[in-house]
Amino acid sequence: MITYLEAIREAQRQALENDPRVYIYGQDIGTFGGAFKATKGLAQSFPGRVIDSPISEDAMMGSAIGAALQGMRPVIEMQFADFSTVGFNQIVNQAATMFWRTGESCPITVRLPSGGTPGSGPFHSQNLEALYAHYPGLIILTPATVEDAYSMLLEAIALDDPVIFCEHKYLYYHLKAEALPAAALPVGKARIARTGRDATVVTYSAMLHEALAAAEELAGDGWEIEVIDLRSVKPLDTDTVLASVARTGRVLAVGEAWPWGGVTAEVLARVATDGFNLLDAPPMRLNSKDTPVPFHPNLWGTHRPTATTIANAIRDLLRR
Amino acid sequence: MSDMLHLAEAPSRAGKTSDFPETYCRAYRWMLLARIAEEKIASLFRGGRITGGVFLGKGQEAISVAMGIALKEGDIFAPLIRDQAGRLAFGESLLDFTLTYLGARSGPMRGRDGNVHRGRPREGLLPMISHLGAMVSVVNGMLMAHRFHGKKSTVGAASLGDGATSTGAFHEALNQAAVEKLPLVLVVTNNQYAYSTPNDRQFACNDLVDKALGYGIAGHSVDGTCLEDCLYGIGDAVRQAREGHGPQLVIASNLRLAGHGEHDDAQYVPPQVKKLPLGRDCLEVAQAKLLQNGWTEPASLETWSRECALQVDEAVAFALREPAPDPAQEDWCALSHRHLVDGNATGQ
Repeated sequence: MITYLEAIREAQRQALENDPRVYIYGQDIGTFGGAFKATKGLAQSFPGRVIDSPISEDAMMGSAIGAALQGMRPVIEMQFADFSTVGFNQIVNQAATMFWRTGESCPITVRLPSGGTPGSGPFHSQNLEALYAHYPGLIILTPATVEDAYSMLLEAIALDDPVIFCEHKYLYYHLKAEALPAAALPVGKARIARTGRDATVVTYSAMLHEALAAAEELAGDGWEIEVIDLRSVKPLDTDTVLASVARTGRVLAVGEAWPWGGVTAEVLARVATDGFNLLDAPPMRLNSKDTPVPFHPNLWGTHRPTATTIANAIRDLLRR
Repeated sequence: MSDMLHLAEAPSRAGKTSDFPETYCRAYRWMLLARIAEEKIASLFRGGRITGGVFLGKGQEAISVAMGIALKEGDIFAPLIRDQAGRLAFGESLLDFTLTYLGARSGPMRGRDGNVHRGRPREGLLPMISHLGAMVSVVNGMLMAHRFHGKKSTVGAASLGDGATSTGAFHEALNQAAVEKLPLVLVVTNNQYAYSTPNDRQFACNDLVDKALGYGIAGHSVDGTCLEDCLYGIGDAVRQAREGHGPQLVIASNLRLAGHGEHDDAQYVPPQVKKLPLGRDCLEVAQAKLLQNGWTEPASLETWSRECALQVDEAVAFALREPAPDPAQEDWCALSHRHLVDGNATGQ
């Protein structure tokens, strides 16, 4: 069995092995192997290519941009997605604009350990995919499975554009697969994770597993719920979403991120704009509450959507 | 950058060479060309021919040209808004300057970005973003890449002003360069004002060069109004970086002899400040020195001025005839992987 975290480590090992342009730069990632051990053993296997950085997210990103311009393929590990805001300027104003301004591509993969875990609190739990997706010039990936964590990270490193790779910390240790995949869907394609005909749930990252559990619960009542895993939130595979809504007539978008103007809002805007006549009921969405992410498990468990609240929302949707 | 002209070695105070007068003359000519080119753009701005801002390096040409002269082909240069002289000396063509200011489609930025936000990263010339201090760590990364590639003795130089020393990016990048022992030369022009803010509202240390000690790197101070001092001081810093002595911080002092941009009359600069020695015009000081040392004749100065004006007129005339960007032909694509553009998010 291989975990989601091990898949991320294996993808980085593969990339380092296969491409001399790849190096990894981040805090505590060298001999120590990273705060989550995502680079454990890599510094020893690839001397000089897995480099400890100072606590300087702006300079980490800036240097990655410079190295990318000189033909390298940097992988930046932000210790937590939350800290990437310190490097935000370099990501959105420098990396994201480089190709458009100069015609020079900027191949950087920024790994963001994202999302909540019990006790992580306001500054170690954030989901920032919508923030980065807002800016032109970036690709935003949100793998929900061990297989995708592996194949999408490899693809991210191979892409010529800057990629924000949102890996979910809640999945790191307890999501397991039998083996790593030999082939995978390309970036930009959503996956139907469960087929159904009564309603569509569109989600991504850790919420996929909550949505699948909710669908399973509703199956007990005879409902067939289709669940779509977006995989990448930018580009967003609107075709797969609309095709599903055409079959079910009902849609619920679920995200762990904050509600205002995020991925779920984008999904529903597209369904309402391009698929209004496919809908048998008003579209719905479910997000975390519009507060900072709380520390205590009692509060945290209520702050974000869960299988239970998703199942309730689907029941609501089916009654509409 | 076919017109790139470089010294074999940067000028050195330690080993004064007989070709120094020649270097000085060449530096002066780049300064003169920069001054005339910028005056031309300023007059086009006043005539309503320039869209967007115009930012002049008046008073900063000696500092800037010393950077461009000390760098070699293969080095990296991250200029800021007052580095026309350094850009020219580093090898940027005058056409890149006029095409970008006039927004021509054939310029390096194709009308997508303008004025001082131009560059050719492949040729080591970085196009600045507006966020001050942000280019320094990019230079660091390019130098890290050179190290990965086994390229030795290349140098990266970045230009900043006194205001940029207040940013987090400045601190992070300088510290990063120190930790990685990179051949970075960071030239900070202390021209006394960041836009309208005098530097006693910008920092509280006695002298900006003291910051070098805190980062564990070498510090240099130069008189930014004196071309000789700039050539030697910045030349020394570049050589030390090239020889493996790590990052070099150069503080060059002068006074900005223009507004922040041409929209700014800089009335906030008190008259008594303008009379200080740092308020001297480096171009006039350099010209006086040329004549005083007998390194050139007054007639040559006139010839150089005429030649520079002609070059500028040609570059402006060419750029004025170039087509503007056409929105119908613009591809509106921010990714190099066209198939990954989010097709439904065009905002149309």
